[in-house]
Amino acid sequence: MNEYFHSVTLDEEKCKGCTNCIKRCPTEAIRVRKGKARIIAERCIDCGECIRVCPYRAKKAITDPLEIIKNYKYKVAIPAPTIYGQFRAARSTNHLLTAFKLLGFDHVYEVAKAAEIVSNATRELMKKNNFRKPLISSACPAVVRLIQVRFPSLIDNILKLESPMELAARIVKDELVKNENMRIEDIGVFFITPCAAKVTSIKAPYESEKSCVDGAISIKDIYLKLLNALGEVKEEAEEQLVKSGFEGIRWASSGGESLALGTDNFLAVDGIHNVISILEELENDKLKDVDFIETLACQGGCLGGALTVENLYVAKTRIKKFIDMAKKNSVEDNSANIYEYDLLWTRNVEHKPIMQLDDDFEVAMQKLETLRTISEDLPGLDCGACGAPNCKALAEDIVRGNANETDCVFKLREKVRALTIQMMEIESMMPPVLDKDDKNSDKTDKKDKY
Amino acid sequence: MGLSNSIIRQNYIIPADDFSLAGEASSSVKKMLNQLGVPPKTVKRVSIAMYEAEINAVIHAGGGTADVAIDKEKVLITINDEGPGIPDVELAMKEGFSTAPDSVREMGFGAGMGLPNIKRYADKLDIKTEVGKGTRVQITVLL
Ligand SMILES: Nc1ncnc2c1ncn2[C@@H]1O[C@H](COP(=O)(O)OP(=O)(O)OP(=O)(O)O)[C@@H](O)[C@H]1O
Ligand code: SF4
Ligand SMILES: [Mg+2]
Repeated sequence: MNEYFHSVTLDEEKCKGCTNCIKRCPTEAIRVRKGKARIIAERCIDCGECIRVCPYRAKKAITDPLEIIKNYKYKVAIPAPTIYGQFRAARSTNHLLTAFKLLGFDHVYEVAKAAEIVSNATRELMKKNNFRKPLISSACPAVVRLIQVRFPSLIDNILKLESPMELAARIVKDELVKNENMRIEDIGVFFITPCAAKVTSIKAPYESEKSCVDGAISIKDIYLKLLNALGEVKEEAEEQLVKSGFEGIRWASSGGESLALGTDNFLAVDGIHNVISILEELENDKLKDVDFIETLACQGGCLGGALTVENLYVAKTRIKKFIDMAKKNSVEDNSANIYEYDLLWTRNVEHKPIMQLDDDFEVAMQKLETLRTISEDLPGLDCGACGAPNCKALAEDIVRGNANETDCVFKLREKVRALTIQMMEIESMMPPVLDKDDKNSDKTDKKDKY
Repeated sequence: MGLSNSIIRQNYIIPADDFSLAGEASSSVKKMLNQLGVPPKTVKRVSIAMYEAEINAVIHAGGGTADVAIDKEKVLITINDEGPGIPDVELAMKEGFSTAPDSVREMGFGAGMGLPNIKRYADKLDIKTEVGKGTRVQITVLL
């Protein structure tokens, strides 16, 4: 899959070319051109902020349709922990997981279970004490991509352990191959996703060559089907599918990953703009006394994901029930731990210098100088009518050759005005042979007279 | 190309007692360096050193000015203030030495790490100060 694959895309028909998304985008990755929003692929981090703010629902996430599971003989759902907060009708975890079987899945494995294994590995890593403090969680791929484009000096602080989603897929496949003698190519594992960022992680992973997950189906898309299925699953028909404990389920909320680490010395921040503030502090060498920083792009954590259905605060209340249940009937299940997985990333994320004006330092200097001159000349109203999020961004676009000064409506008006004055002046001039009162004969005088 | 001696200059006013604005000058410099394609590690050194000096001017000296000059070889940052001056620079440079009041400490400043950090991140640090007159902190980071 190409490096610039993005789940977040535009629905041309619905887009009105307003300024809502360009203003909210944390990496200034959107411009309006010809009345439609355009996403700059190099800059997009798939945080889904534009999906949330678009009043016309013109921003969408590319996910896989449920039908995709038919391409595989044996179909496995791996739901994100967020799923537990979505349904009032779910009596228990087993009830909810059993409902997936009515949708055509042969097996369900909770990402929450894998999250616990990742928590264990993180604890082990932190015990060794030879890590760059503070460790920044990699649970949210949108934040990892944000660091790549805006905070390269923090790349070394990222926790480079496999995500619970990837690990879940690996465990399921290994188990089925080993215990059920299945062929790996017959098994299709599908993540039930709360967001676009995770979809991009599957189609274009940064931490490995290829994802273990075969597709991503959004919670939104299967919500109704699941709801119906929940109604059909009788209590006595519930299967014993639950494997996760409360620590894994808690990953769905901001703070959940941190709480599983057994240290109070953590900071949990959610909402992409809040995350940026914290990363800025980190870049200034503040917060060195903190061991672990949990950074989630969505407000409230994954429960607030752009592809979820239930209101964040309602979902928070709902998931509490599942956490409490898991605390009470904790399942003894160590099957996954015996695999001794190596969770380290097989490749590192790279800096993507989106801000750089030119590869050549001197040319970049020159461009920066021009940028500053243009910038000072623009009105500074940040109105967005030019299609850029603010005047500075327009100046940058001009220097990069992607826009013109007259894209600014105020600049354009100035130009029109100057032109009008010029035209009026020319209009009042007469060829000397026709000029009866000889007004134009002395041209240097003319300006002073009017 | 005949550009080799071009310099980009930028001046900032560091407002007094406004912690919410403190750090704006160093953020703006950080952005410029990123636009120039300066390696992240160097950008970090410049921005931390400048940030610390900026904060010092806010906390200890009632604000001041920051002048930045960038050329092909280096970034030169000059922070000027008309504050109380530093009576004993050698002492002020020691890790943990601070005269910051409790109110400032509560905001997470006052660990006495600012100047030592500047020293660590800068290639050259020059402090000129006179009690009762003010302080000039000049930081050079080579590119
Ligand atoms: N611009 C200045 N004007 C007057 N005094 C200063 C100035 N900069 C530093 N000092 C003095 O030097 C001391 C040490 O400064 P330093 O930056 O190392 O620590 P700090 O500002 O007290 O704490 P921290 O930087 O860790 O928040 C200060 O407490 C202050 O007494
Ligand atoms: S916080 Fe969770 S739901 Fe939101 S983008 Fe990150 S991983 Fe996805
Ligand atoms: Mg200081």
